[in-house]
Amino acid sequence: MTEDAPLSLHVPEPAVRPGGTPDFSSVRIPKAGSVARPAVDADPESIRDLAYSIIRVLNRDGEAVGPWAGLLNDSELLDGLRHMMTLRAFDARMLMAQRQGKTSFYMQHMGEEAVSCAFRKALAPGDMNFPTYRQAGLLIADGYPLVDMMNQIYSNERDPLKGRQMPVLYSSRKNGFFSVSGNLATQYIQAVGWAMASAIKNDTRIAAGWIGDGSTAESDFHAALVFASTYKAPVVLNIVNNQWAISTFQGIARGGSGTFAARGLGFGIPALRVDGNDYLAVYAVARWATERARRNLGPTLIEHVTYRVGAHSTSDDPAAYRPKAESDAWPLGDPVIRLKKHLIVRGAWSEDRHRQAEAEILDTVIAAQKEAEQHGTLHAGGQPSVRDMFEGVYAQMPQHLRRQRHEVGV
Amino acid sequence: MPRRTMIEAIRDAMDVMMARDANVVVFGEDVGYFGGVFRATQGLQAKYGQSRCFDAPINESGIIGTAIGMAAYGLRPCVEIQFADYMYPGYDQIVSEAARLRYRSNGDFTCPLVVRMPTGGGISGGQTHSQSPEALFTHVAGLKTVVPSSPRDAKGLLIAAIEDPDPVIFLEPKRLYNGPFDGHYDRPVTPWSKHELAEVPDGHYTIQLGKAAIRREGTALTVLAYGTMVHVAMAAADETGVDAEVIDLRTLVPLDLETIAVSVRKTGRCVIVHEATLTSGFGAELSALVQETCFYHLEAPIKRVTGWDTPYPHAQEWDYFPGPARLGRALLETMEQ
Repeated sequence: MTEDAPLSLHVPEPAVRPGGTPDFSSVRIPKAGSVARPAVDADPESIRDLAYSIIRVLNRDGEAVGPWAGLLNDSELLDGLRHMMTLRAFDARMLMAQRQGKTSFYMQHMGEEAVSCAFRKALAPGDMNFPTYRQAGLLIADGYPLVDMMNQIYSNERDPLKGRQMPVLYSSRKNGFFSVSGNLATQYIQAVGWAMASAIKNDTRIAAGWIGDGSTAESDFHAALVFASTYKAPVVLNIVNNQWAISTFQGIARGGSGTFAARGLGFGIPALRVDGNDYLAVYAVARWATERARRNLGPTLIEHVTYRVGAHSTSDDPAAYRPKAESDAWPLGDPVIRLKKHLIVRGAWSEDRHRQAEAEILDTVIAAQKEAEQHGTLHAGGQPSVRDMFEGVYAQMPQHLRRQRHEVGV
Repeated sequence: MPRRTMIEAIRDAMDVMMARDANVVVFGEDVGYFGGVFRATQGLQAKYGQSRCFDAPINESGIIGTAIGMAAYGLRPCVEIQFADYMYPGYDQIVSEAARLRYRSNGDFTCPLVVRMPTGGGISGGQTHSQSPEALFTHVAGLKTVVPSSPRDAKGLLIAAIEDPDPVIFLEPKRLYNGPFDGHYDRPVTPWSKHELAEVPDGHYTIQLGKAAIRREGTALTVLAYGTMVHVAMAAADETGVDAEVIDLRTLVPLDLETIAVSVRKTGRCVIVHEATLTSGFGAELSALVQETCFYHLEAPIKRVTGWDTPYPHAQEWDYFPGPARLGRALLETMEQ
């Protein structure tokens, strides 16, 4: 007989559940400008602390401060604001369209707009993102037509993907946006492979992988870090920690580790945490990491600390698993409001101009929506052809598919 | 014409393609410096450099996942999974990613990728070095699945696979690597150097994917086989005296249904043989297709001779393996009906 006490299973729980008072007191938020900016060729061992801090540029007064500030001019910042506002307006219209039955499914970015919009601006033509379903800012910030995004969401006759793929799982090689599969973490390792290919060919292109906090638990996350580390692949590996994986709080994936970024340290990969609601900070960190990749110094792991304000998708209700007011309590604020405030402080923007811009952007989005809807929505108007269902499985259609298509009579 | 073992023919195919196309890269576990546990990539790193032939971490999902990224970039990766039995951690990458990339992106991205895997038993490999998982690939839309049975086919099919614009699963019957297997484990094996199908042309040639080969013409019965089982079928036909037509499918998807149908309509009888387990095996698909296309020509029920529905055993390997005796009985039974 053992004298040991019986064992018990530890299952982590978020600090608060519905009905409770939101509490982010355990999230340590360093002051803006307080984290050092090392040289990009710094020894990864010497910058381990960056995996446990949060790089921030915008302070409470809307000023850009510290060593990571000063990279973007007024015009670039105004572009960034417009991209984030466009993404937000786009999301609002498409959520409504989903509720109206014009599409089956939608996923919004509310609160996370800075991550993809700012990161895109650190990339060059020819670079490739391997995004998840919540990085449409990569497309919008690169000028991809809103109407084409909507055509894909509606699976209409102009859908660039011919009705074969779920809404929001876009693809655009031209815009450095790899086809989103809808599986989780599988594409993280593909980003590493794409980057390895660029190195094999002695090209100058780099890749960026994307994953959510929850999906870091997948084996492919580990696979990606091993390969990136072993071959010093020119890749930036992004973790978007928006605190929630559908209804599962980030502690279930994180376990006993201090931060998601710290996962990189065991692989010798420099790992940075950044304020994901701070457009300037995301851009600065992205620039640091992309420069490392481009100088053949190897991969960088970035944890974007943010908060998913909306539901995971149109298929879940966050009120069932977290306090309703939690997003208001999120200590890193709203990325649009923070950049707007900064631009006002810089003297480059005003409340009036912001209101005017909101109206203009909404008009642009509505005009795109009207154009898209002329070509159909999921169940009405122009549809992709049934013939398209059989095309593109292979470069050349094999006999058995020909027979099946013939059976359908298309 | 030089005679080569299957391993030598496979190595030659990669060598030819690496010389012709700088986008062909080869990697996998133990594949680089050492040249692979079966020596299929021996000498390639020395010849083409470390960036085109290299060792990978032991992570099949990582190997196939990085290869998909490389293929999307524009390379033509030909990766080795050390044993088909080790494929499962990479299966998600094959099914959810490689197979669907062209389709879901409407051709914006494609995946010209070859995944080579030693398959099948007969080498005392037990459960984890003997499996024949071909049905797990033939069931997936967007993949092509190839199983060669001779050195000449292996080289021509592998070159065709590397040049193919879509992902190809290339299953190499490891029992055939170093000598043809005449069906009997307890008799001396004829070396490839004495086998006609070991005559492998030098340089570049292809064998079209989707074309079967008739290995033995006959009028009484059609045997559908691939890989190791082609040799078992030849032995069974010779030993029973049944005038069997032996069709080597070579490619399972796309399948040469035309050659199969012409043969079965002629013979009126069909026996299907594979080493993989019976239930939901590729033989079930073949049986259904033969029934659908040749029903009014059939004079006997279609019979399947396969591995049993057990894990691949170690000590009982040859009781599991559908050898010439079992297949021979099936041929005779089918002739009696």
